[in-house]
Amino acid sequence: MTASPAPELGSLAGIAASVRAGERSARAVLAVSLDRVRELEGDLHCFNEVTVEAAEADADAVDRLVRSGLDPGPLAGVPVALKDNLCTVGIPTTCSSKILAGWLPPYDATVVSRLRDAGAVAIGKTNLDEFAMGSSTENSAFGPTRNPWDLGRVPGGSSGGSAAAVAAGMVPLAFGSDTGGSIRQPAALCGIVGVKPTYGVVSRYGLIAFASSLDQIGPFAITVADAALGLEVIAGHDPMDSTSLDRPAPSLLATLDAGVSGLRVGIVADFLSEGSECGDAVVAAAEALAVAGAKVDQVRIPDLLLGLPAYYVIAPAEASSNLSRYDGVRYGLRVDGPDTETMNARTRGEGFGAEVKRRIMMGTYALSAGYYDAYYGQAQKARTLVIRAFEAAYRDFDVLLTPTTPSVAFPFGSKVDDPIEMYMCDLCSIPSSLAGHPAASVPFALSPEGLPIGVQVLAPALGEAVMMRVAASLEAAAPREARGPVSP
Amino acid sequence: MARLARLALDEDEVGRYAMQLSAILEHVDAVRRLDTADVPPTAHPFPVENVLRSDTERPSLDREAVLAQAPVAENDRFRVPRIMGEAP
Repeated sequence: MTASPAPELGSLAGIAASVRAGERSARAVLAVSLDRVRELEGDLHCFNEVTVEAAEADADAVDRLVRSGLDPGPLAGVPVALKDNLCTVGIPTTCSSKILAGWLPPYDATVVSRLRDAGAVAIGKTNLDEFAMGSSTENSAFGPTRNPWDLGRVPGGSSGGSAAAVAAGMVPLAFGSDTGGSIRQPAALCGIVGVKPTYGVVSRYGLIAFASSLDQIGPFAITVADAALGLEVIAGHDPMDSTSLDRPAPSLLATLDAGVSGLRVGIVADFLSEGSECGDAVVAAAEALAVAGAKVDQVRIPDLLLGLPAYYVIAPAEASSNLSRYDGVRYGLRVDGPDTETMNARTRGEGFGAEVKRRIMMGTYALSAGYYDAYYGQAQKARTLVIRAFEAAYRDFDVLLTPTTPSVAFPFGSKVDDPIEMYMCDLCSIPSSLAGHPAASVPFALSPEGLPIGVQVLAPALGEAVMMRVAASLEAAAPREARGPVSP
Repeated sequence: MARLARLALDEDEVGRYAMQLSAILEHVDAVRRLDTADVPPTAHPFPVENVLRSDTERPSLDREAVLAQAPVAENDRFRVPRIMGEAP
């Protein structure tokens, strides 16, 4: 089966302009979005919960502001979807885990309140791999999300629900979190744009923690300009997150069309495997940038290959510590026992799924006395080597290009029994996560079987503006049919 | 390891995870074998130090709202089963 193009909701700027001008009500825009959800949700399962009533109330509030002559903000009336690990007051936030099923957060994530303050209308909470651990959404306790390009294939993960919702045209903008590739990989597999900002650019307050030194929230959209606007709205310092960088939000849209003339672009040769369609797309992307005036060269950065093994020590270590809070005491599931320790263990044994348990045990091992130096300590040093390797490369290049993923969307079940095979999905996305650098995936080509291929643009810390410029140039050179929205 | 991580597992799980964790450890062995004699560790991408806020009173989360989400609450407290060693 092949996907066909879907009706477009229009650009974010277009939606917001018409709502601000009173030409279209936020309520009418919402109705288009919800109709599309009703049409396709049964096939795709993008959402853990669609919050129709709350969305209608938010849309009405936007329309009231417009009628009273006030400006609802740059995302006026834009329907958005939120990954279900972002806390929303009074709306269940589950991380797609049984251990948090039905939990109602007592506060909103900073990103959620910033979106509301900008006039956006949240329509629901999207599916993910449990606690954002996975690359396919097959680890969701509530069932997988399907890829709108091919219902037999995964949408990627962990933010698969958000990516599929945008790719299917349900919403023009969605948000996910990226720890080792969880925005960029599903964006690539779903033929849309996904951006992981520099660590600290977006507040993590109210993002349920997986690996605190790596987690960042970022946008999904059909176009680079829409992703840039989405990021501008959520970025900026937040005193509620002590790792939030104390600087103004980056300005991205102002320079988006500045072109790439004179920019030095490096193709990371270590990630181009012979005869791979994703590698071929990177070479074609680099050629397009050269035509647009960039200086393109290949570069070898072998130490980036340390990223994958280092990540699969560091991320589980941080996760094992972060997830110790799910103990059946303060929130979520409790499975009773004769004493507290048994209650803790039963609750966690029943509440967590297989991948989460695997990572908790791996992390516990890496942090345990006697193994700490050999695994966690060494991985932290490998992280330094990855950062140094980037530093050396960015002396010669402004941005780097890699495939976002080693392969296109894969069929359900094809990697689920082999954790290592699944971990390999993150090979190209992990190094920037370890360095805290920004990275974006842009749809650039279609495989022979008609599946989207993403190209990843990497930039040094706080290099979002130049990264998005390059992304915009790639978008201009890419065939229209390589990106969503599509109808399954 | 499961006991240390407070995870109650059944026999099947123990066997399966033992195998998978060995495979994962083998995969990350490249990191263990790395020569890092002069390399300092990175715990955090950007060292941000001494982040302080002003010492002023702010409202905290509403107690009722928080306790309403607890599996069992009693007298403004979270209730848990017997802690080991206590008299029943």
